[in-house]
Amino acid sequence: MLTSFNWKSEVTDLRSQLRQLAGSRAPGADDAKRDLFKKVISNMTIGIDVSSLFGEMVMCSATSDIVLKKMCYLYVGNYAKVNPDLALLTINFLQRDCKDDDPMIRGLALRSLCSLRVANLVEYLVGPLGSGLKDNNSYVRTVAVIGVVKLYHISASTCLDADFPATLKHLMLNDPDTQVVANCLSALQEIWTLESTSSEEAAKERETLVSKPVIYYLLNRIKEFSEWAQCLVLELVAKYIPSDNSEIFDIMNLLEDRLQHANGAVVLATSKVFLHLTLSMADVHQQVYERIKAPLLTQVSAGSPEQSYAVLSHLHLLVMRAPYIFSSDYKHFYCQYNEPSYVKKLKLEMLTAVANESNTYDIVTELCEYAANVDIPIARESIRAVGKIALQQYDVNAIVDRLLQFLEMEKDYVTCEALVLVKDLLRKYPQWSQDCIAVVGNISSKNVQEPKAKAALIWMLGEYSQDMPDAPYVLESLVENWDEEHSAEVRLHLLTAVMKCFFKRAPETQKALGAGLAAGLADFHQDVHDRALFYYRLLQYKVSVAESVVNPPKQAVSVFADSQSSEIKDRIFDEFNSLSVIYQKPSYMFTDKEHRGTFEFSDELANLTINAEAGDSAVPAQRVEANDNDLLLSITEKEEGRDAASNGSAYSAPSYDGASATSAASQSLADLAFSSTSGSGQAPASSFAIDDLLGLDFSVGAAATPTPPPLSLNPKAVLDPGTFQQKWRQLPLSLSEDFSLSPQGVAALATSNALLRHMQSHSIHCIASGGQSPNFKFFFFAQKAESASIYLVELLINSSSAKSQIKIKADDQSTSQAFSTLFQSALSKFGTA
Amino acid sequence: MISQLFVLSQRGDNIVFRDYSRDVHKASAETFFRKVKFWNDDGEEDAPPVFNVDGVNYFHVKVAGLLFVATNRVNVSPSLVLELLQRIARLIKDYLGVLNEDSLRKNFVLVYELLDEVIDFGYAQTTSTELLKSYIFNEPIMIDSAVMPPLGAASIFVKGNKRMPGTVITKSVVANEPGGRKREEIFVDVIEKISVTFNSSGYILTSEIDGTIQMKSYLTGNPEIRLALNEDLSIGRSDYASSTAVILDDCNFHESVHLDSFDTDRTLSLVPPDGEFPVMNYRMTQPFKPPFRINALLEETGPLKAEVIIKVCADFNPSINANTVLVQMPVPKFTNRVNFELDHESVGNTTDFKEANKRLEWSIKKVVGGAELTLRAKLTFSQELLGNIMKEAGPVSMTFDIPMYHASRLQVKYLQIAKKSKAHNPYRWVRYVTQANSYVARL
Repeated sequence: MLTSFNWKSEVTDLRSQLRQLAGSRAPGADDAKRDLFKKVISNMTIGIDVSSLFGEMVMCSATSDIVLKKMCYLYVGNYAKVNPDLALLTINFLQRDCKDDDPMIRGLALRSLCSLRVANLVEYLVGPLGSGLKDNNSYVRTVAVIGVVKLYHISASTCLDADFPATLKHLMLNDPDTQVVANCLSALQEIWTLESTSSEEAAKERETLVSKPVIYYLLNRIKEFSEWAQCLVLELVAKYIPSDNSEIFDIMNLLEDRLQHANGAVVLATSKVFLHLTLSMADVHQQVYERIKAPLLTQVSAGSPEQSYAVLSHLHLLVMRAPYIFSSDYKHFYCQYNEPSYVKKLKLEMLTAVANESNTYDIVTELCEYAANVDIPIARESIRAVGKIALQQYDVNAIVDRLLQFLEMEKDYVTCEALVLVKDLLRKYPQWSQDCIAVVGNISSKNVQEPKAKAALIWMLGEYSQDMPDAPYVLESLVENWDEEHSAEVRLHLLTAVMKCFFKRAPETQKALGAGLAAGLADFHQDVHDRALFYYRLLQYKVSVAESVVNPPKQAVSVFADSQSSEIKDRIFDEFNSLSVIYQKPSYMFTDKEHRGTFEFSDELANLTINAEAGDSAVPAQRVEANDNDLLLSITEKEEGRDAASNGSAYSAPSYDGASATSAASQSLADLAFSSTSGSGQAPASSFAIDDLLGLDFSVGAAATPTPPPLSLNPKAVLDPGTFQQKWRQLPLSLSEDFSLSPQGVAALATSNALLRHMQSHSIHCIASGGQSPNFKFFFFAQKAESASIYLVELLINSSSAKSQIKIKADDQSTSQAFSTLFQSALSKFGTA
Repeated sequence: MISQLFVLSQRGDNIVFRDYSRDVHKASAETFFRKVKFWNDDGEEDAPPVFNVDGVNYFHVKVAGLLFVATNRVNVSPSLVLELLQRIARLIKDYLGVLNEDSLRKNFVLVYELLDEVIDFGYAQTTSTELLKSYIFNEPIMIDSAVMPPLGAASIFVKGNKRMPGTVITKSVVANEPGGRKREEIFVDVIEKISVTFNSSGYILTSEIDGTIQMKSYLTGNPEIRLALNEDLSIGRSDYASSTAVILDDCNFHESVHLDSFDTDRTLSLVPPDGEFPVMNYRMTQPFKPPFRINALLEETGPLKAEVIIKVCADFNPSINANTVLVQMPVPKFTNRVNFELDHESVGNTTDFKEANKRLEWSIKKVVGGAELTLRAKLTFSQELLGNIMKEAGPVSMTFDIPMYHASRLQVKYLQIAKKSKAHNPYRWVRYVTQANSYVARL
């Protein structure tokens, strides 16, 4: 291998050697050329620019030696794009090779010709491609079909003008070679998907790929296809909508033996077909889960760790959707000590999900083993898993005992995780407070360093100060060390806890409260300062009012919010056997629009109706939720939002995340700054900022009265998701527009549901929403007043660029422009009210 | 589908780099390697096989110390890409005989030839070793396999069974033997990976066998082969199966396998393609006799002292040996010194205290069936332990290979080669090996 300092001289050297050999017909010249070419390719691989040898390489390529030819093709393909003038030199010999007697040479030359990727050479491609598609050798045809896609990417118009897609379609349905058929299918999917954004015709052509004749034609030959092509066909079949149930069973019977295939990709693609075909038949759908369970488990244990992970991620998705089906298989989800963390994390979540009355004891025993594990992140996850199982209400008694044992293990990270869990547990099962408090009381706050755990301990001290004799004194010593406490979250909690303690044990806490408020008022952190000031003023006003705000009677939490909305989960399920499952987010969150590819095939809304099916939809589905990796954190935050809504007091809720408070505050500040420079709307903007800071949402009713629009909407319009979905599918797109959002609007997006309420005040109703910052997606509907005419809207917002896009579909197309104006005017007022 | 494909050495050097669609930046290999190397701060956690950086998806598999990586920007089936990468690695091995950095560097032009045929513009084409033969023109440059470290599961046979010719498993499908004529032979390997977890009193909590019947054929003329398994083999839970029957939970088969007579006489018939491939994968959770019993004891013997006693009993036939046995156990983190004591000094027995990750390691070159081995280790702590010592240490884990042992009792009863000419009889090798996947005893 070369070292970098002499590569320039090496290239010069290679050039002179190539020149010497260029015209040589001496015996052994080809061998010498081979060695030289190898050196060139080797330099190319390690990233050294050998494009300057282009001329010499082409000169040397006049040879009948196929090994040399191949290396030359490789070289030319790599550098033609940066050397378009020189690429012209190669056209000649490539075109000549395309007519060679040897089909191998024809194929290779055609492949290289199409790989040149030089736009002004496309005219030379059409002829060879046309004859390549008609070649009597299947190798040449497979190359030519992919060549059409390459041409399409260089110049779509040339490709379409030559009518290549139609030729491909004919080949797909008639060619005896299955690889040609498979390549045609790939090519047509790619071309028509890209074309369909601008052409109705292409969209229709794309639809015909999933029509019955094509699907049956492919299915009947499926066993002749290579395993990769089988995956392609199966992916297509998963999009097919059979006309009746007998068709569904026919397809499943035909494909059942694919589940025994050694290739995991084939098994997953088959599973997807089964799952999607049976969505409307609940009992059969469940049988499908049972049927695919064993093959998937075999795939998990058979392949390499990487393959096993890909399948396990899918199994994870299925377990999350239907835990009861897997509850007797829980032992498969036990972690092995040598597995990588990413596998263990998935397994812990699966164990948590499948826990029920009969297996909880075994699972929790196993999890407790991991808690003592040397792998600390996994030990922490295991403790959290125990906590989550406890919150699922199985065998709580025994689990509380174990959690308390964790507290006694005297490993700092174990103690910390356990404290956070005990806190959540107490919020759900206040009846356990006596047992827990006895143990928690023994923990010295000095041994707890992590902010989240410390905050949990302080919350318990405040909440149960009547049962913990030394609570006021512990709090007092914590207040004394105020300056050493680096976490704003902990300081915020400390303020609230001192307040709560004061209401219960005023004489003992008075001193700590005074010191705490003084320290809080002097705090440099805006939130801490503001909270201290707020408490101080409340107390000044009336102690009893302060108590009713800070420490109102609380109800036990019955269900903690899930971190992902059910819409997102359904969306991921819809994209089964894709990266969405691995990343646990739908594809629109991680791919650019132009790279969505064929996976966007299925109808955008295909999954909205399944909402009710998911087990955890206790939370309203219409909310924008941050997808926080730390589930526990997000649980407390979400739940807090609900407290705020019901009690009107966000601060009595136990956990307030410092980070989110900071960002809210800074956003509000940015907001204020903007308003003052623009010189208008300062007052409303600042009042919004305060509302946001306090978590009090007064903006709901305060929407500005709109100027009477030319189009009026029915404020009480109703539409069920099923009808919405159906309409969305049937109606053509009548309008699509892009526009920018106001900075206030973007800032206000941070408050969940604010946009939905705002739009509702304009008689535009939200039916579903989702997304993760910075990308949000909403579906709205509205109804024309005194008419049955409905408008459907898809709204995409990117909060970092403040760009948004709407797509409108309407029963009455003639008024969609008027509706769009109305919608945009309503949206432009968002955040300013 | 796939935008780029590259193979990186352990140090992150590009050995092979192929760009198919040019929608991913050129520096992707560097981005990838940095991400994998520093997945998290302490470098403890492995990067998952699939991740996304700035809209680019990176897929990788590790084979023989090399990283096979694919990148793209669209949403595809991850298992398809990972299977494809794995297959490409196996293809290269089929052609080069040995897969490692050295052989790859020497044969990179051949590898480019392969990659060009396997993937066109990102779309998977054929991956059949046999079909590809007619498109590959470079001769593999063989590296001296004798000096190379043995690779993969197959290497066990080299050490374990002296009768086996050492070079065959590193034979390329295209290269000719030095003698000119190819040797007709076929290898069938039954490889079982076992996972067992014992609780502190020695009871088995969970156990599983993941098995593969692997085949590598060097037969000319593609004759049909019949492979007969145990007749009492059953798949899925069946009620009438006797207690001696081998019951598999589930299994799958290679595409080439015909199962026409499998239900009646447990016979698989196939025309084996060239190269190495799994004929059948199976999974079994039926209880089986674990090859080793482990007893571990940890006792505090003083204020800053404790003693560990690990006893390993080889519960198999004395005619069989276990190789490369390694017993490991994490000890409390304040351990700063360990004194080992072996009951009888035997050759090839080494003990070590890995200070960095606070672990005892006891490696035994060879364990004869029926043997009982004991290790005593005296631990000294730098600080007094706060909590329960049992929560600070363990579990004991073990790795081993046992050639000619099959934990599941699944057997290849016979291997029949249908061939018209009776002039020569190809060599047939049927080999078994059991390996520890996760073999753990809790304290």
